[in-house]
Amino acid sequence: MSTAEMRLACKPGDYKSDVQPVWCPGCGDYHVLMSFTRAFAALGLPPEKIAVISGIGCSSRIPAYTNCYGFHGVHGRSLALAAGLKVTRPDLTVVVASGDGDGYSIGGNHFLHACRRNIDMTYVVMDNRVYGMTKGQPSPTTEPDFDTALSPGGTGVRPFHPLVIALASGANFVARAFSGSPNETADILVEAIRHPGFSFIEILSPCVTFRPDEKEWKSMVRPAPVEATDDAARAARRLMTDDGFNIGVLYRGERRPFQPPFGRADADLTALETEFVL
Amino acid sequence: MREKPMRETTSVSVAIVGSGGAGALTTGNFVLEAASLAGWHGILTRTVGPQIRGGEAAALVRLATHPVECLSDRFDLLIAIDWLNASRFDAEIRLGPDSLVIGDPRGGEPPASIAASGARLINVPMKETAKALPEGRANMIALGIAMQLLGLSEDAMATVLERRLAEKGAAAIAASRTALRAGIDAARELALPVRLAPPGEIAGKRWLVTGNEATGLGAIRGGVRFAAAYPITPATEILEWLAPNLVKAGGVLLQAEDELASINMIIGASFGGTPSLTATSGPGLSLMIEALGLATAAEVPIVVVDVMRGGPSTGIPTKSEQADLNIAVYGFHGDAPHLVLAPQSVGDCLFTTQWAAYLAEALQAPAIVLSDQFMGQSRAAIARPADVAFIGQRRRATEIAAPYKRYALAGDGVSAMAIPGTPNGQYTADGLTHTERGIPTSRAEDHLAQLDKRRDKLARFAYGDHWATIEGDGDLAVLTWGSLTGAVREGLARARKDGVAARLVAPRLLYPTRPDEFAAALDGAKRLLVVEQTHSAQFHHYLRAHYDLPGEVRVLNRPGPLPISPGEIHRTVLEWRA
Ligand SMILES: Cc1ncc(C[n+]2csc(CCOP(=O)(O)OP(=O)(O)O)c2C)c(N)n1
Ligand code: SF4
Ligand SMILES: [Mg+2]
Repeated sequence: MSTAEMRLACKPGDYKSDVQPVWCPGCGDYHVLMSFTRAFAALGLPPEKIAVISGIGCSSRIPAYTNCYGFHGVHGRSLALAAGLKVTRPDLTVVVASGDGDGYSIGGNHFLHACRRNIDMTYVVMDNRVYGMTKGQPSPTTEPDFDTALSPGGTGVRPFHPLVIALASGANFVARAFSGSPNETADILVEAIRHPGFSFIEILSPCVTFRPDEKEWKSMVRPAPVEATDDAARAARRLMTDDGFNIGVLYRGERRPFQPPFGRADADLTALETEFVL
Repeated sequence: MREKPMRETTSVSVAIVGSGGAGALTTGNFVLEAASLAGWHGILTRTVGPQIRGGEAAALVRLATHPVECLSDRFDLLIAIDWLNASRFDAEIRLGPDSLVIGDPRGGEPPASIAASGARLINVPMKETAKALPEGRANMIALGIAMQLLGLSEDAMATVLERRLAEKGAAAIAASRTALRAGIDAARELALPVRLAPPGEIAGKRWLVTGNEATGLGAIRGGVRFAAAYPITPATEILEWLAPNLVKAGGVLLQAEDELASINMIIGASFGGTPSLTATSGPGLSLMIEALGLATAAEVPIVVVDVMRGGPSTGIPTKSEQADLNIAVYGFHGDAPHLVLAPQSVGDCLFTTQWAAYLAEALQAPAIVLSDQFMGQSRAAIARPADVAFIGQRRRATEIAAPYKRYALAGDGVSAMAIPGTPNGQYTADGLTHTERGIPTSRAEDHLAQLDKRRDKLARFAYGDHWATIEGDGDLAVLTWGSLTGAVREGLARARKDGVAARLVAPRLLYPTRPDEFAAALDGAKRLLVVEQTHSAQFHHYLRAHYDLPGEVRVLNRPGPLPISPGEIHRTVLEWRA
């Protein structure tokens, strides 16, 4: 088989590793993994040309479950690590996976700057509105009355709106997906990866253990009633007024991706010292 | 008015001070460059106050007939373009009764320390003279005075002006030359009690370079092709030098949103196969520590340069100290073997950074380079550093038969690394304790095996003679590190002239430690003097923790920003006669 034929024959299973996930049975993240492998197969990308980068959290365990190159880094810094990788290796397809704690709380600053920088990569946040890995604390997207051991009676603090923040910060592609619809999520992922610049997908991914109420999400989600727009202000207005369960691509921008220029690799290094010569 | 006959000397020191914008640093740099062109050696250290603009600044210049790596004990000449805020660093400009101080009658009151030093104070109306000239600037009058008193030729200075003021145009150069001559005329009747001996023959190429620039060049020579940057004094110049020069070398620099980002960016780039570096100072290093542990665990080669400044916290951003030794060696959580190196002079910043890049790549480990504000921001005339063959190259896995073991235990502990794009090499780099394949595990034996691997690969490596500078002999050994090496070397050279032999032992590789080599370096030593620029004697404690220290041990330590001078070392050694 030629390489081209092999690519065509790519199956989702080719992108799965033999590592056993640590996730609880029924966790939404299994379906996210399924959408990843389906999207990679649909794109026909060689697994060694994909890098899946993450931080820390249940959701951030995803890289090792793929058969791609992966980096499971420190809590909250995946976007920075991915930026260093992508600007030096523009030939790779870079997908960043995060959770609502990892991506919005400890990593919040990097989120703003990744949107602003607009490097060509895809950022997936598996939002379960809770810190799953540390057993049930509130995150920046948790409802104010969600009762936890760390916040008895609720935090009393309203959640913020990552998709609107992404738009305001300059993300070039914004979508919402639901893990329970892996085919639709895979389609959105395919489009996000193909879209130039920084693509951001919020995936509603229930934590069945610490947010059993989120099992209801499957009856609450619906396709977004309107087509995606290329007008960031309109997209933001729609998002501010929806109930958070409209699924689909919401914004497609046309900003040019950021890629700083490289010099020639065979440059003469001795020329660098001339400025010092007396 | 030449009272005393002039004594010939091999080294002369001049300080030029002024409020911000007065041009003291420019004047100092021109003096250094003109003297260097004429064949002398020299070093310029800048000391500035905390203000962004409008604060005080001083150029501390030492010229000599021999290579110099530190300032001298006293200044022969102090030229104050004005005295505004000069008292903020008068402790750093030590004067004596033989020193000459030139002030401006309209420049304010000299600090009380000037009179207390017994130095001779002469007023020259620099401002007024400058005002009378078209486009005249007082710092150019000061430059003329310095030239006259130091015996610098107008030819060399003309070359400097042509080079440095080229962008400002011919008119600016002509105006500067006119002011310069006015300064020379104003100083005709003045003289220093000392006169710098003529320079020796110049052999080979010479450079005028700062430690921070040399660090940048060392990084590129060592193979670094990616840098992430978040500005911080006194490291910013490394990043600013790298920004255009990395591109020329086929690489790229990315500005980060903070140091948490910059360290993770270089880990990502290095994971992708590109040797990578960032530069920072103490506060930034503190932010990077968690990710440095990640680089250790995931075995990703990176270089972090810490140009140390006064600490803790924001401390004294513009002045030097050696107090980040503890955090560099011990700051990581967990058992995290890594590399810590320290350059020993402006020129050595090039070698040590290059070596660090080489070692990081060879050992797949993070390397911290501990430079400091003194070396980093000093400009020195030095012989062109020799080319060395240390070019970072990691062991790569290329032809891979699955299953690939990224963290294989066999061999010397350095396991072949697959770079993304390499077929069959897919693995997940992980900060979680992992198996040979990189799969997370919490089993005791897996944990121990990887801890052993990471320790042994560093411990068993043959670092060669570069691990330390070892000079001289005698039963007294002076132990020091970093930029104090030059001052100790000079102090011991003076002691030798007094018939007192002592050896110098200055480790360039601080971590991992080298117990056998260290013991050999101290063989026969009965007295040890530890010299360091910290308040809590961090280096002394580090030595005690890792090495056997024979005989009696004394410690000469002081925090920044006051440097430890060669004279203090000389005196201490003489006073401690066996
Ligand atoms: C620096 C640091 N602080 C705290 C933690 C503990 N920690 C691990 S995961 C996590 C939160 C994860 O939440 P989220 O990103 O929402 O992921 P989820 O588990 O919900 O998928 C925290 C606080 C850590 N690993 N590192
Ligand atoms: S704790 Fe929640 S998020 Fe984590 S694996 Fe279990 S169900 Fe999934
Ligand atoms: Mg979560």
